[in-house]
Amino acid sequence: MPLFLNDEQTMLRDTARDFVGENAPVANLRRLRDSDDATGFDRALWKQFAEMGFTGILIGEDAGGLGLGHVEAGVVLEEIGRNLSPSPFLSTAVAAVAALDGTAQAERWFPGILSGETVAALAIDEGPKHRDGVTMRAERAGNGFRLSGAKQFVTHGHVADLLIVAARTAGSDADAEGVTLFAVPADAAGLTATPERLADSSIAARLTFEGVAVDGDAVIGEVDAGRAPLDRLLRAGRTGASAELLGVGGGAMDLTVGYLKQRKQFGALIGSFQALQHRAAHLYAELEVARAAVLKAQQLLDAEDAAADQAVSVAKAMTGLATTLSVQEGVQMHGGIGMTDEYDIGFFMKRARVLAEMFGDANFHADRVARGRGY
Amino acid sequence: MSDLDTFREETRAWLEANCPPEMRAPIVSEKDVVWGGRDQSRLTAPQKTWLDRMAARGWTVPDWPKKYGGGGLSAAETKLLREEMARIKARSPLNSFGISMLGPALLKYGTEAQKLEHLPKIARGEIRWCQGYSEPNAGSDLASLATSAEDAGDHFIVNGQKVWTSYADQADWIFCLVRTDKTTKQGGISFVLFDMASPGVSTKPILLISGYSPFCETFFDDVKVPKANLVGDLNKGWDVAKYLLGHEREMISGMGLSGGGDALVEGALATVGVDAEGRLADPLLRAQIALYEVRALAFAAQSERFIDELKAGQAHPAQPSMMKYYGTELNKARHELSMAAGGSDAVEWESERSGGGRAARAWLRTKANSIEGGTSEIQLNIVAKRILELPG
Repeated sequence: MPLFLNDEQTMLRDTARDFVGENAPVANLRRLRDSDDATGFDRALWKQFAEMGFTGILIGEDAGGLGLGHVEAGVVLEEIGRNLSPSPFLSTAVAAVAALDGTAQAERWFPGILSGETVAALAIDEGPKHRDGVTMRAERAGNGFRLSGAKQFVTHGHVADLLIVAARTAGSDADAEGVTLFAVPADAAGLTATPERLADSSIAARLTFEGVAVDGDAVIGEVDAGRAPLDRLLRAGRTGASAELLGVGGGAMDLTVGYLKQRKQFGALIGSFQALQHRAAHLYAELEVARAAVLKAQQLLDAEDAAADQAVSVAKAMTGLATTLSVQEGVQMHGGIGMTDEYDIGFFMKRARVLAEMFGDANFHADRVARGRGY
Repeated sequence: MSDLDTFREETRAWLEANCPPEMRAPIVSEKDVVWGGRDQSRLTAPQKTWLDRMAARGWTVPDWPKKYGGGGLSAAETKLLREEMARIKARSPLNSFGISMLGPALLKYGTEAQKLEHLPKIARGEIRWCQGYSEPNAGSDLASLATSAEDAGDHFIVNGQKVWTSYADQADWIFCLVRTDKTTKQGGISFVLFDMASPGVSTKPILLISGYSPFCETFFDDVKVPKANLVGDLNKGWDVAKYLLGHEREMISGMGLSGGGDALVEGALATVGVDAEGRLADPLLRAQIALYEVRALAFAAQSERFIDELKAGQAHPAQPSMMKYYGTELNKARHELSMAAGGSDAVEWESERSGGGRAARAWLRTKANSIEGGTSEIQLNIVAKRILELPG
């Protein structure tokens, strides 16, 4: 399979580019922020995503979805990134769907995701830095479980219908196994969500679980064997976040290069200065390399190749590095105007910072690559 | 079973049966690289066997047409052959500026007679080529070159000097840029081929900081070059040169891939060892290597993408500049880390333990990567102007 988009994928990208660009440009984010919107995204737009078929990209055709893959989901995510569009697409249509796929829970939640009724949130992180480990406990109670503990950085956690929660049902905190993944309805008793506005104006919740009772049916996959669906979720989420980061980095670069072509100083367009040309060209190179890393990870995931795991970490680390550079150079090359709230480039910097942390930053994933390579 | 599956199966079986075991080990020193040429006495028996068998199938240049000595393979088949060779860690049977640089230019700009004369010999590794581009006063500003070719009826008389001519002292033929019109800069350059054994050609190796001399100064003193050896139109050599430079950059960018991080990691493990958790005991070195590996693995994906796009005619014509820039900077970074990992062992220059200063010499050699074939700065200029379309 060649490492570029095929004709169908290119058509999907053009469709997504037009759709997201028209319906959820950066101005949309600004409007949501200025109106102090408490949801964090536009529900009507989420319905439109569903009508376009986007929410079913990773859902099989037999379940009413499009039966496409991570390359296609990434195509949509890149446009979401480029336009800084607040959307539950990554958590719901990508990560949650990957976790639920092939389990008994799919039947219950896929119809709502397909129709744009359901929003899912991922209760995975327990501290301010993403980690693979799970310490939150789920005790057996009757034919179900009681969940106790706390999670944070749960994007859309305050408005989600479905929370995907990783908790420990066996073993000690450091163990990879002994984890169970639960599909917890948002209205479960004992569950408190505290929304926190983030630097990029998005909202993520801190969740506390005080003996939240769920029945046995809430288990995604098998008890004590939640690592498999959790890994599916993480691989999909990390790859998806990489694609979105790529979009943020590309959007920031386009803005910056455009500015270099119209801003004059010393009687010349600043884009004619070699010092800036070299930095812009270096940035272009970093983003191209990041783009290849993302596509490689997506293709390997879709092929269910064993090499996908490393490729996913390479993609997340590489997009983290490249997009951080892109937004930093973006603000710097814009000069004073780049520091103003009125101008959009700062929005890209803030979004990049949040996405860089999501599902593990570049250091986390470089460490993962190193461990995978045996050092 | 699809045609490609059949091709893979047959290719795998053929390689298994025909690639000598000695040719399935990593390249360690310059001696392991097969350049071909008139004098094949330096080739070991397995090198010769491997070259001849691959050449007989046209697989030294798998995607060239069969009538020019190629394998006539499609892009998909070529990729698959590469994958199957990588699977058994087979070495390239032939390294050649003829394959990577002159061949593509001849395929595009050569006359039928030139193609039939030169391409099959390149494919079989019978003629070793060198490139006469840079001059003492025409490096990055290549179009300032002064080596002249005077019209003398059925031939040119070439006079002048080239510099940084890689392996000129071992080459059989040269593809060379000469000035055929002094009144314009880029518009007065022609692209000619001639035999290095022609009277009036002399070479002098240049000793480098690595202690090696892969480059030469090359002098032309009334060298007679038949006009039939002009490639492309008179005074239009710049087009051929630019096309060829794209391929050169493509080839050099591949250096970012050579060896990957395996040797680096092994070297570091050998010198600093592991901590209680099995991690490299120097955490900062470990972090630097890990971040390097992220970039190297991402660049490997980019190289695959670039080649796929090239074959599909989708690559931006200036993209080789980006690849050359990134690949060479990455290669330098790898060798810098490799020296840090090797510690004091790595700075030994002559000892047996150090393989005659292999690490240090290789490290020093890479410092030329971002200079030769167009400096990193020139590549960035090209990306800025031609891809990002920045002004003036």
